[in-house]
Amino acid sequence: MIRDITCIACPVGCEMRVEDTENGYLITGYTCARGKEYALQEITDPRRILTSTIAVEGGILPVLPVKTDKGIPKDMIFKCMEEINKIKVKAPISSGDIVLENVLNTGANVVATRNIPSRK
Amino acid sequence: MEYDCIVIGGGPAGLAAAIEAKDNGADKTCIIERDRELGGILNQCIHNGFGLHEFKEELTGPEYAYRFIEEVLKRDIDVYLNTMVMDISKDKEVVALGDRGLMNFKAKSIVLAMGCRERTAGAIGVKGFRPSGVYNAGMAQRLINMEGYLVGKEVVIYGSGDIGLIMARRMTLEGAKVKAVVEIMPHSSGLNRNIHQCLNDFDIPLLLSHKVAEIHGKNRVEGVTIAEVDNKFNEIEGTREYISCDTLLLSVGLIPENELSQKAEVSLDPRTKGAFVDSNMQTEIPGIFSCGNVLHVHDIVDFVTRESRIAGKNAARFARGELNNKKYVDVYPGDKLIYVLPQKIALDDENGALICFRSRKIYRNPIVKIYTEDKVLKEKKYKIIVPSEMIQIPLKNDVIKNINGSIRVDIEGEEND
Repeated sequence: MIRDITCIACPVGCEMRVEDTENGYLITGYTCARGKEYALQEITDPRRILTSTIAVEGGILPVLPVKTDKGIPKDMIFKCMEEINKIKVKAPISSGDIVLENVLNTGANVVATRNIPSRK
Repeated sequence: MEYDCIVIGGGPAGLAAAIEAKDNGADKTCIIERDRELGGILNQCIHNGFGLHEFKEELTGPEYAYRFIEEVLKRDIDVYLNTMVMDISKDKEVVALGDRGLMNFKAKSIVLAMGCRERTAGAIGVKGFRPSGVYNAGMAQRLINMEGYLVGKEVVIYGSGDIGLIMARRMTLEGAKVKAVVEIMPHSSGLNRNIHQCLNDFDIPLLLSHKVAEIHGKNRVEGVTIAEVDNKFNEIEGTREYISCDTLLLSVGLIPENELSQKAEVSLDPRTKGAFVDSNMQTEIPGIFSCGNVLHVHDIVDFVTRESRIAGKNAARFARGELNNKKYVDVYPGDKLIYVLPQKIALDDENGALICFRSRKIYRNPIVKIYTEDKVLKEKKYKIIVPSEMIQIPLKNDVIKNINGSIRVDIEGEEND
């Protein structure tokens, strides 16, 4: 099996190739260690950082941007979105606050990515 | 009010410039920002991928902005929010309108960091009425990510710039159906990784060499007609196709917002649509500096930060009376480049220059060469150079200090689509 993968580890976006050989995966086309690591991850267990927004009450903005603090399995993106969409928080919120622990047992927490002070 | 340095705009460029100006001796520094908070466009860019160069980690837009906002708050830098600069003169007088009414400022140096705005439907001449449901991608991004409105349910995106690609994923995650991303060029103008993680991950088709020929619907968008184009961008007969949708997002380019620069009589380069600057980011008006997207449109915020630090540092040097360059050479783009910045380099300055350019076409395994007359001053190999990615190459002062003639930057290598 041969698969071509575009690296998403940085803006360069190297075109890599992964070949399934008798001696394991043969990865070519990467230009850094992060790229090689990404290619192996992508072929064995593809993951993505998920970013979205959740509702916030009493804040200067009606929505709070959040992210998963590590990659979640790619095929769970929409299931995790459903969980994220259920969350509602109250201001004030600080960047880094955990708003949902271990979403769907992925091992990733959903965390706030900005401060939302209370509305005066 | 009198300042050593006034920074106009509190986005990533203004933040980096203000911090650097303050740290280099512009004791009285302020930022004037028209929005309700600092951070600029980063506040609505909630996706990750920022800061790999700067912080060696991947941050979201708001996180990247906050690292700099924190640094501004730590320092004694005045911040005027909800304040719109109305006028700047070449004598560095600034008139602004804010919640305290009309304010008059006088500065020893000014950093222009107003960013850019999006090209609109009018700029690309699409046929049809003006129904609701046509948004610039960045506007839609702000509505969704900061105001909490989903702008539509069935979406076509015109233009494959990064904001368009990011929005394709964002709207898909929020439950909208993105039917296609339509791009008139034979290649995307967005980053490769965004095509992969925003389109391919969600099976969103990217239609290259296609245009939106018509927008249907009078009160609300009902659909668009797309068509294939030839290599001169003329419609190929018989290729029209109707796609029903309630929303059309436009991601068709950004324009540096230079109205204020022009009031200060700063001259603009038609290629970048930003100011002519020297290697210290100084415009042709002494003491007025320019950086970030108002100077030329960037694709990576880390590059904006790097460039804006140069502007901030030199604005402080100017305010202290320590920027007195006299010996300059011009910098020209070779045939294979769309533009090169800075347009001139101060030779009698120990800081050297940060060369920035964009290529016209795609080149595989090219060498970038920086020449003076026929002599190569510096060369650098790349795996690939594409028009959608700006290249930055630092040029140290010891490489250039003894040259006389002008500098030319070009790419050596085969074109490749």
